[in-house]
Amino acid sequence: MAKTSTRDRMTNEINAGSMADIAFLLLIFFLVTTTIVEDKGITVKLPPWSEEEPDITKLKKRNVFSVLVNAQDQLLVRGEPTRVEGLRELAKTFISNPNKDETMSEKPTKAIISLKNDRGTSYDAYLMVYNELKAAYSELWDELSQRRYGIPYSDDMPFAYRKAIREEIPFVLSEAEPTAFGEE
Amino acid sequence: MGKFSKKRGKAKPEVSTASLPDIIFMLLFFFMVVTVLRDAELMVKVSTPYASELTKLEEKSLVNYLYIGRPTQKYIATYGTKPRLQLGDKFATISDIPLFLEKHKIKVPEARHGQITSSLRVDGEVTMGIVSDVKTQLRKSGQLKVNYSAKKDPNAKN
Repeated sequence: MAKTSTRDRMTNEINAGSMADIAFLLLIFFLVTTTIVEDKGITVKLPPWSEEEPDITKLKKRNVFSVLVNAQDQLLVRGEPTRVEGLRELAKTFISNPNKDETMSEKPTKAIISLKNDRGTSYDAYLMVYNELKAAYSELWDELSQRRYGIPYSDDMPFAYRKAIREEIPFVLSEAEPTAFGEE
Repeated sequence: MGKFSKKRGKAKPEVSTASLPDIIFMLLFFFMVVTVLRDAELMVKVSTPYASELTKLEEKSLVNYLYIGRPTQKYIATYGTKPRLQLGDKFATISDIPLFLEKHKIKVPEARHGQITSSLRVDGEVTMGIVSDVKTQLRKSGQLKVNYSAKKDPNAKN
């Protein structure tokens, strides 16, 4: 009986004074090993591999928006030398064709962007061009979404809306096998 | 005057440190969550280009990384200055890609195999030749979801 009474009197407590030290140690470990990487990028869906190349010559010429990037990172859009800055607008007018131009796409669903680069093209230039083309599409999606639903196009909008927009203006970008004039 | 000094002398003002562990734990958890343990040392110089149309890679476990760039100073003597591919923690050739993808696939549950994304972390100065070869190999291996790693342009218009 005497024993229990002593136990009762003693309050059994773990000394938590060193808790902070332990936590500090862990904290410093994670501080040192941390690399806050921004994992962002342009997501692309590659076409499945096939031996023969898709033949774009069968398509009507007015529906094809050809973009060529050479080894000097110069642009040739539909036979005209162009700068990257103007590419987005060109692509947008080509796809939507607001003035029903005879030389531009019949309708957005028929529009095809054909991108061809050289093996000597710098990755910087290639990605910049790709980014502009993608931006042209996303601006068109945004405009359509604003017009029809009154909300900006985003990943958070209802899936049905997004699907409808993507069906109206599908993203079609065909990449040809690169030429090899400027290989390093 | 005397009154004041007396009071001060009696009560020892001390900041309570009882909540210190909690604060530290909070910081600790924050860093634990945002931490990505770097599994591979980068042997190639990779400085990704800027872009505006970015999507975020959500689940780290569903992503495998392919690095392309020029070897860093340390490896120039052994591997030269031509752009090279790095898979995991070693230099690799294009033909090593299928095995690399397969090794990553085993770690992912079968139902989610379709969601695996390959993140291409490519240096901006590299020419497209090696990138095209890698792309072709990825297509041949049936790995079609690809993400060109890029940084958000700090002085972009939108």
